[in-house]
Amino acid sequence: MSVATATLQNITEDLANDRRTPRADRTLRRRCSPLASTAEQLRVLAAVPIEQKSARVEFETLAGKFGPAELEIFQVNVGKLCNMTCRHCHVDAGPDRVDAIMSDAIVDQVIAAIGRTRAHTVDITGGAPELHPRFRDLVEAAVAAGKHVMDRCNLTVLLLPRNKGLIDWFAEHKVEVVGSLPHYRRRNTDAQRGEGVFDRSIEAMRLLNAAGYGRGVPGRRLTLVSNPAGAFLGASQATAEREWRQSLDREHGVTFDRLFVLNNMPISRFLDWLQRSGNLEAYMQKLVQAFNPAAVSGLMCRNTLSVGWDGSLYDCDFNQMLGLEIALPDGSHISKFDEASWHARPIVTARHCFGCTAGAGSSCGGQTA
Amino acid sequence: MPGYYNTQHLADFGKIADVQPELGKKFFDYYASVFADGALTAREKSLIALAVAHAVQCPYCIDAYTQDCQQKGADFEQMTEALHVAVAIRGGASLVHGMQMREQVQKLGM
Repeated sequence: MSVATATLQNITEDLANDRRTPRADRTLRRRCSPLASTAEQLRVLAAVPIEQKSARVEFETLAGKFGPAELEIFQVNVGKLCNMTCRHCHVDAGPDRVDAIMSDAIVDQVIAAIGRTRAHTVDITGGAPELHPRFRDLVEAAVAAGKHVMDRCNLTVLLLPRNKGLIDWFAEHKVEVVGSLPHYRRRNTDAQRGEGVFDRSIEAMRLLNAAGYGRGVPGRRLTLVSNPAGAFLGASQATAEREWRQSLDREHGVTFDRLFVLNNMPISRFLDWLQRSGNLEAYMQKLVQAFNPAAVSGLMCRNTLSVGWDGSLYDCDFNQMLGLEIALPDGSHISKFDEASWHARPIVTARHCFGCTAGAGSSCGGQTA
Repeated sequence: MPGYYNTQHLADFGKIADVQPELGKKFFDYYASVFADGALTAREKSLIALAVAHAVQCPYCIDAYTQDCQQKGADFEQMTEALHVAVAIRGGASLVHGMQMREQVQKLGM
């Protein structure tokens, strides 16, 4: 690993000494859970009995054939290091995940590729991407290439002493902050993310609001991302946005610009929770029963390139977490990325994809149907 | 007759329209319209339904609207408050009948 090792060591020490960020869970990796293996996750998903009219149902059975659209979103996952350990995390991120962090060499290759891509948006995710030693380099390069930058932020990371001043820096670079907040009320948020996370998130939103975020100002957009705190689908995005706006303003005096509602994908720690709580089979059936053909055309795999911490390429962040690499003739690595062949690729799907087509559809950009 | 309540009844509820389908369709269309977003949000309606379900003591409705409330974005606290609304009205309805008792007592007693 060639990431500035000293800096990384500082960061992990900070996380080890961080007593203020609540933690809900331990990573699958730390627990030595069988589900820490992607092969085991795929095996568990494939073993769930899902039938319609007594025939086994696969994603392709219902979705039919669909291909790529224009490349719009260049999504970079800089690694699994995070100050939090939410129960539903599809990345198995956490403070112990120093094994999966983008190296300097890969960061440089990503920056070069951003300079060449026609995608209009660079979407940076993790883990908590703000903890990566070269996070600001990546944002600056994307801004210099004329891209809109989205930072997938867990909100509490903004309160870490090492990130003091980051919000103002975001504002200078017109970075869109896409903050995770499962629910506008304390209980559901804390149940998923850890006792006390809701209050820390509201505190972060106050700082964002004070810097002009979440007040309808162009270039200072604060998007919130909600996902269900349990084995059910997301609420209607438009209705939820109105209710969230009223409640967060009335009860906490904070505002935001828009709300994305996502479904939980049955992978990684959410898969582990589904299994342990006895909800796996019913949840998979719920996803299949709620299959919405209208959500297929809006699937994010059609317009997104997902880059992993080691430079591997995928059709989306969920495929990335299952190790289902993109099907490109030149190999699936950022160093060899060719946009022309990207447009001709078959999209890789499996049973977890039912999460993106259930109900009103689900993507990193919210509901799709 | 295997028993009075069966979980499968809820999943099969739509079959009630197999006989007299026109009436069944009218009911289910009306039902869907009632629960759509309107002057009240779908979440608020679902919370009312949850409270009424407890008041009419319908296990099917309690099951269905516990799930529906969560999916519509209500949390455990909101759902519990809705339940207490039903409890308060049921309790209050009993208690307010006590006014009749009082009247009789006052009329007949010395």
